[in-house]
Amino acid sequence: MPKDNSIKKVLVIGSGPIIIGQAAEFDYSGSQAIEALKEEGVEVILINSNPATFMTDKGFADKVYMEPLTSEYIKKIIFKERPDAVLPTLGGQTGLNLALALAREGFFTKENVRLLGVNLETIEQAEDREQFKQLMIKLGEPVPDSQTVNNISEALEFSKKIGYPLIIRPAFTLGGTGGGIANNDDEYMNIVDSGLKNSPINQCLIERSIAGFKEVEYEIVRDAKDNCIVVCNMENFDPVGVHTGDSIVVAPSQTLSDKEYQMLRDCSVKLIRALKIEGGCNVQLALDPDSFNYYVIEVNPRVSRSSALASKATGYPIAKVATKIALGLSMDEIINPVTKKTYACFEPSLDYIVTKIPRWPFDKFQSADRSLGTQMKATGEVMAIGRNFEESILKAVRSLEIKRHYLQAQKFDDCSTDFLLNKISKACDERLFILSELLRRDITISKIHDITKIDLWFLDKLYNIINIEKELTKSGCTDEILTKAKKIGFLDETISKYSSKSQNEIVKQRESLNLKPVYKMVDTCAAEFESSTPYYYSTYEDENEAICSAKKKVIVLGSGPIRIGQGVEFDYSTVHAIKALQAMDYEAIVINNNPETVSTDFSTSDKLYFEPLHIEDVMNIIELEKPIGVIAQFGGQTAINLVDKLSERGIKILGTSKESIDLAEDRDKFENFLRDLDIAQPLGTIVSSVDDAITKAKNLEYPLMLRPSYVIGGQAMEIVYSDVELKKYIENAINVWPDQPVLMDRYMIGQEVEVDAISDGENVFIPGIMEHIERAGVHSGDSFAVYPPQNISVNVQKQLIQITTTIAQKLNNIGLINLQFVVKKEKVYVLEVNPRSSRTIPFLSKVTDTPMAQIATRAIMGESIIQQGLFHGLKPEIDTIAVKAPVFSFSKLKDVDTALGPEMKSTGEAIGRDKTMQKALDKAFKAAGINVPTSGSILVTLADKHKEETLPMLQRFAACGFKFLATTGTAKYLQENNLYASEVAKIGRAQFDLLDEIKSSNVDLIINSITKGKNVESDGFKIRRAAAENGIICLTSLDTANALLEAIELNSSQVLSL
Amino acid sequence: MQKLKLTLENGDEFIGDSIGFIPPENILAELVFNTSMTGYQEIISDPSYCDQIIVMTYPLIGNYGITHEDYENLTPYCSGIIVKEASQAPSNFRSQKSLSEFLCDHKIPGISGIDTRKLTKIIRSSGAMKAVISHTDTNPKLIEQSLKLTLKSDQIQRVSSKTAAHFPSSKGPRVIVVDFGYKKSILTSLLDRGCDVIIVPYDTSFEKIKSFNPDGVLLSNGPGDPKDIPNVIEVVRQIQQSYPMFAICMGHQIFALANGADTEKMKFGHRGANHPVIDFEKDRTFITSQNHGYAVTDESIGSTELAVTQRNLNDKSIEGLKHKRLNAFSVQYHPEANPGPNDTKYLFEEFIQNIVKDKNAKR
Repeated sequence: MPKDNSIKKVLVIGSGPIIIGQAAEFDYSGSQAIEALKEEGVEVILINSNPATFMTDKGFADKVYMEPLTSEYIKKIIFKERPDAVLPTLGGQTGLNLALALAREGFFTKENVRLLGVNLETIEQAEDREQFKQLMIKLGEPVPDSQTVNNISEALEFSKKIGYPLIIRPAFTLGGTGGGIANNDDEYMNIVDSGLKNSPINQCLIERSIAGFKEVEYEIVRDAKDNCIVVCNMENFDPVGVHTGDSIVVAPSQTLSDKEYQMLRDCSVKLIRALKIEGGCNVQLALDPDSFNYYVIEVNPRVSRSSALASKATGYPIAKVATKIALGLSMDEIINPVTKKTYACFEPSLDYIVTKIPRWPFDKFQSADRSLGTQMKATGEVMAIGRNFEESILKAVRSLEIKRHYLQAQKFDDCSTDFLLNKISKACDERLFILSELLRRDITISKIHDITKIDLWFLDKLYNIINIEKELTKSGCTDEILTKAKKIGFLDETISKYSSKSQNEIVKQRESLNLKPVYKMVDTCAAEFESSTPYYYSTYEDENEAICSAKKKVIVLGSGPIRIGQGVEFDYSTVHAIKALQAMDYEAIVINNNPETVSTDFSTSDKLYFEPLHIEDVMNIIELEKPIGVIAQFGGQTAINLVDKLSERGIKILGTSKESIDLAEDRDKFENFLRDLDIAQPLGTIVSSVDDAITKAKNLEYPLMLRPSYVIGGQAMEIVYSDVELKKYIENAINVWPDQPVLMDRYMIGQEVEVDAISDGENVFIPGIMEHIERAGVHSGDSFAVYPPQNISVNVQKQLIQITTTIAQKLNNIGLINLQFVVKKEKVYVLEVNPRSSRTIPFLSKVTDTPMAQIATRAIMGESIIQQGLFHGLKPEIDTIAVKAPVFSFSKLKDVDTALGPEMKSTGEAIGRDKTMQKALDKAFKAAGINVPTSGSILVTLADKHKEETLPMLQRFAACGFKFLATTGTAKYLQENNLYASEVAKIGRAQFDLLDEIKSSNVDLIINSITKGKNVESDGFKIRRAAAENGIICLTSLDTANALLEAIELNSSQVLSL
Repeated sequence: MQKLKLTLENGDEFIGDSIGFIPPENILAELVFNTSMTGYQEIISDPSYCDQIIVMTYPLIGNYGITHEDYENLTPYCSGIIVKEASQAPSNFRSQKSLSEFLCDHKIPGISGIDTRKLTKIIRSSGAMKAVISHTDTNPKLIEQSLKLTLKSDQIQRVSSKTAAHFPSSKGPRVIVVDFGYKKSILTSLLDRGCDVIIVPYDTSFEKIKSFNPDGVLLSNGPGDPKDIPNVIEVVRQIQQSYPMFAICMGHQIFALANGADTEKMKFGHRGANHPVIDFEKDRTFITSQNHGYAVTDESIGSTELAVTQRNLNDKSIEGLKHKRLNAFSVQYHPEANPGPNDTKYLFEEFIQNIVKDKNAKR
């Protein structure tokens, strides 16, 4: 079927800010979609509110609207651009839900705009639990006993009939938000309540639990001719019961016979046909491990996280093919971009094993509930490829960057076996390590299987790994055991640890045995056809397929899995660095392990090594490729952490040198450095013991900001107000970070400012300055940021430029540099200097129209700022105001305090741009998913010291028509000041207390000013959690509240503008 | 663990671990690869692999064990298998024995620990070739001698049934399956659709077939070169004149020969479960299961009464034929699946419809 030529202009809906359940994979699939549309000569209009993405880059789509992803903005764009069609299937649940809402109201029909890839009926059949169930019954496909409920009493009726355990799945949510498994009435009522609230149509499906079944997924693609192919199937290591986004997943399935594989394939084909999907689709199935019985769990009628994984696992570009199908092409007309010889209508054959492990944010959220269930909690994932399962899972483990490079976690060494056995009954992020520890203690795989229902095959493979470990311990590193260990993915480091042989000796032994990795190609066809995909993974076998060219090569280190503090922003910079290198005629080689990203699309770089970013893996590639150097500054802390080790091994770090990085990251050295330059910074010191800290605190004065050295995203950063709190922090820090001293700084309250600049060592080009809305103390990643600054004087601006320039020059910084400042009484203090790419690069690049990572890459490669036609100093400001809003995923992470502080908590960001600050703010809030209320009730809980400061703001809220709820003290204060405030009972002080007010949705907004404390039992914590779980905006910074007020005031009368 | 050696006709050598059975003497066979990710048991027990050593491109083989139900033939005829890793601990509720036990039971040598991707690439670039499985200490001269031997050409004769077998049903039409090395799934595909099936040896005469009063005839898959059994060609000519006919794989090639077309050996054939085949009549592409080393040549079709109905989407080779005048059609691939997708099982229904139409017409 040839392309439908009536489609000349298409609006692509992006997925917006990154939240748990919807991450960088949609930048990857969206970028592919845009590329595919352009290949077919279609004009592409994109709407996406996420500035951190590659897809929103200028020059990629024909026109980019970085506007809030709401119906009103989409309508406005459609009126203005008049596209022929809308493509919503590559923008995750966000894109799909938006399209659904507009289709329901008949908007597309009315405006004569076609919906590509999916139709209303399909979405509803796939996503509405009841319709889906009816469709399955019609098709004769089995679904577990279930019932759709719209309220608690319906839910209870069903539970009485079926009994526990029951699974609660809210309709139309992503990542299973608000769902879970309930084992008793209490749990059940709680989960159903939150599920109903999280579902946009207040609906949940209650389902008989089939926990313990094998969970298998099929990624399937269909075209308008009804051709169907399965790109890949995947088997979850964790049986049904854990969200697939939180499961360890392997591809292809390992324990399914052909009969089972084909039975489930047939079912998936039947479903995609019945749903008439033209494009990609994901089918999740549960298979009884003891019979051929299976159930259909769910269908995602769109490109998803799993399809990004399947694309990377097979090399088959699902999003690209799905897009071409949406344009009317059939798969037997689309050339397979991998082989360039065969067609897209075939099923990839793998000759390797892929393992995906989710990356969870629990290193940041120590107090969070770490158990895994139907609600996804991971922020990202890693993938690894091997020729055996052991190799692939060990590579995946060390790709996670959780300070464990192998299946052993010190924290479980001293736990009793009973404790560990008890712990594995419920899935948690660390279960893999606990399983390994139990195997180490000779607990049988069948016992572990009985408790966890994890397939014996997987457990046996883990046992193989532990056995090699034991052989190493017992017999030492003999040639035979060394060979075995390397072939199943052991690092030299691990071999050294268990065999007590030094790493150097092991390296020598390997050299004598000629035991080194080879690289195999990912080619979609198991070598049946000649391919030219520059996509490789390592293994210990005979033939190396990664042939090195004679070109000058540069290796760019990627940033690994997405986690809080290190998100898609770094992938954005990595991709730009690659593009710049290619433009300069270098061969750009990338090493990365994140399947969700654009950088790991094999068509992005000249060569992709899908490998862990561990020094051994990286060195192996360097030894093969012999690049002129390595660029580490775009890969976040992941890459920076490799700089020392690479330098030690004589590898050239291109750009800012190891010494400069050390200088910037070493507290002591940096303090002296600034002092010598006469640049001010908040007083600070380093402490390594409690006594030391208490003594030094006397000179600094409270409040103090504490953090361990060398960490990202303000991890474990805290503000303390007293000796008691200080003592507690230091004690804990010594425990968790034994080798790292703690940095202790005076906490300065003032205007926070951030600068990203590019330096060639001599000239420093500053594209722009950003000002934070929240005062210092809130992590920069969690702050609203504004470009250009609205509140700084010419004098301060001068100081900022001067300091930035001086530091960049004196550090001999080559490439990007990020500086954070606090301004107090017209004086600029340096808070932090990062001699590398930062989180704000994509935002600033876009709002100042400066391809920063590309300029930096050119500077790194020796093209000076001046040679690039740029200049020393600040780029003239652009008059459009841009606001970057942080986006959080609190509703998915139970027991996490939502109060903002020095430790970063946001998972993504959104942008709002307009001519005035008010309008930009309004858009930023909307883009961040905050519904700007225009009237209603505000629950105000204020610390005494904030009351006076808050009053004028509350008066303005009142003027907009808001009323207040407050507990006795605050209510009285408000009333005394002529504000209408109703009194609510403190928590536990009445039958119906303020938590009940929140739960009953009597509150539209909460302003909760924090003093301190992380106590889970505190009232403040409970209020904030109740807000998160009930979807009510809770602002803990008065500055954010003030900004929201600006937007509210605007909304009273303003019309939308683009 | 005992080692075994694989020596290729081009001189390349691979040494790996024996999976179980140690052959007392050199095993000479044709070396081919299969890209299916599941279905190793069906592949190994498919008689079409007679006298072939199969390289499995999927690295982990034996994961779900071996089960009685999944044999395509109770006697496997392949000469050996080469894998990256043979599972020692299979896990599946139906597993009755391990791959290693199975290979020992049937005295089939297997080698694991081989860089199967490298080996596959050799076959891809140099074509399917002879290879010898030997002990590692076997005198290289003996291996050389083995490699000089000509491969046998009596595979069909060896794998075909020696006597007719009847699988009665009173419901559906009577189908004769001419056995060139049939897969059990062809039989079950017919039985599942209510057919009364009689399986006859490959060299059964037309008179004998006629004496069974068939409603239709199916020519099965089988090993080797279709030209090895020239006598069958005349019988097939007679069959197609008298009965609706459906031919699969080897049967398809014999059908082509019987109608004056030609076949040729392919470089390395098609063996896997992911081959796209475009059906021109339906304007659809189906994913098919394949196993063949010979193909019907394009240029030989023109002068015949055959029409090309299907082609491989990748290399455009002929995948389906039908007689322009007679009620006979064929496919090169395996609609009976096992292993592989069930997407083309409808062909059995079309065959039965052809039979019904024919019966109605005769009535």
